[in-house]
Amino acid sequence: MSPSDGTPAVEITGVGKMFNAGKPGQVDALQDVSLTVARGESVALIGPSGCGKSTLLRLIANLLEPTAGTVTVNGKSAAQARQDQDYGMAFQQASLFDWRTVARNIELPLELKGWDKRRRRDKALEMLDLVQLRDFADHHPWELSGGMQQRVAIARALSVDPPLLLMDEPFGALDEMTREHMQTELLRICSQLGTTVVLVTHSIPEAVYLANRVVVMSPRPGRITKIVEVPLGERTEATREDTAFFEKITEVRELLRGVEASARSHEAAW
Amino acid sequence: MTARRLRLIVPPIVVAFVFLGVWELFVVVRDIKPYLLPKPSFIAENISEQWDGMWEAARNTGTNAVIGLASGAFAGVLMAFVANRFRVFREMFSPLAAAINAMPIVALTPMFNNLFSITSTTPRRLVVTIVVFFPVFLNVLRGLTAVDPAQVELLRSYAAGDATVLRKVRVPNALPFLFTGLKVAASLSVISAIVAEYLGGPQNGLGNRITSAASNSAYGRAWAYVAAACVMGLVFYVGAFVAERLAMPWRSKRAAAQAG
Repeated sequence: MSPSDGTPAVEITGVGKMFNAGKPGQVDALQDVSLTVARGESVALIGPSGCGKSTLLRLIANLLEPTAGTVTVNGKSAAQARQDQDYGMAFQQASLFDWRTVARNIELPLELKGWDKRRRRDKALEMLDLVQLRDFADHHPWELSGGMQQRVAIARALSVDPPLLLMDEPFGALDEMTREHMQTELLRICSQLGTTVVLVTHSIPEAVYLANRVVVMSPRPGRITKIVEVPLGERTEATREDTAFFEKITEVRELLRGVEASARSHEAAW
Repeated sequence: MTARRLRLIVPPIVVAFVFLGVWELFVVVRDIKPYLLPKPSFIAENISEQWDGMWEAARNTGTNAVIGLASGAFAGVLMAFVANRFRVFREMFSPLAAAINAMPIVALTPMFNNLFSITSTTPRRLVVTIVVFFPVFLNVLRGLTAVDPAQVELLRSYAAGDATVLRKVRVPNALPFLFTGLKVAASLSVISAIVAEYLGGPQNGLGNRITSAASNSAYGRAWAYVAAACVMGLVFYVGAFVAERLAMPWRSKRAAAQAG
């Protein structure tokens, strides 16, 4: 489906984002950020709040426009990629529509693509098989647990077969056990479909478990402090108890501590 | 399901009959004069005597209320869409609408009566329309604007424009708000249709019958018409309630699920 030439899934070059530029509430959210995400790769954005990680994700999604630099997705402008539905997106809240059944929620992006009813339904059921919720196709969202709702949201994001999946703290509202289960599920689904993943998270273990590379960011203005490679191979439940896994967690944690400390001294200097 | 329904329906009916029984007993035991408070059984006699007249008066008043309700709701929904679309209009008009909504609009009836001929029902319908407009407008506007920002962002990530967001997110989101407005408006439409009759115009509605019966010291008859007015208010409310259930079956399913 996605061409296997060398075009990266996401290419961010010298991107800056200023909110309320020139006005009293001016916020320098991102400054000179460059990042390349290869196809099939999984990248986590982590950093203290205000470091612009969600802003960066929204720039990739073209929900925001950068004030400097360029963003390309699949070799196209981010705006074109959004028009072509080249990515799927999932948020911390599942944001399912109460008035639609589970299957019809998943059909929504297909509806907007103009698919006919039959084809939409078939695809929705296929996606429900993938997230193992087939039996709940005709239930309404409120009848599902939080973890199940989030699985529906991921199925919806993936229903258009996007080469890229963007997620903003998708498991943030879930309890620890559900969260770990969802992480394993996500990796299984994405490796099955060959999907590239960019996700924002607050959780260090989650970042290290899910990502090939963890991008550590610092606030005011948001910049990339360091990119940590996580060459842990295929993730299994055993990975979570692996020494190498803990070493990576420690490495990321120490980077984040450094970031927090400098942010604090920066604030104190004000 | 049927057991639960019975549990829902039976208690209020029992309470109503107990209330009527106590009322009857109170009037008989304390020997209260009919012009102060007639017995329920006396009112019931009057109801069966006045049946045809009640039905005709109720039809006249009901027609005014229905026409006012329909036109007010239509205008309210229409203006809510306009206000949702144009921010300037919304910011100028909706605080004003909230203020007008708090005012007793029926008080305008005598002025409207002066604008039209003495036999015209238009002033009443106009009053009902205005009374109904505001709760419908305010509720629908809230439903259209108070959407989950994440849902809008999601639609935008699908390359959806404003029209699609309106259709797929704002309108379905506004539906429960519309019915909240309509349930308020349904009761208000009956109240304002009847009160408007107290303030002049043709003498053919429930409100007219109540005033004329009361001024002729026909207390039983007056109370019979009051009872008809109560029933009409209830019918309108239940109508809005049933329409809500039909329009949003998932809502009642959800309420039932949450009630356990």
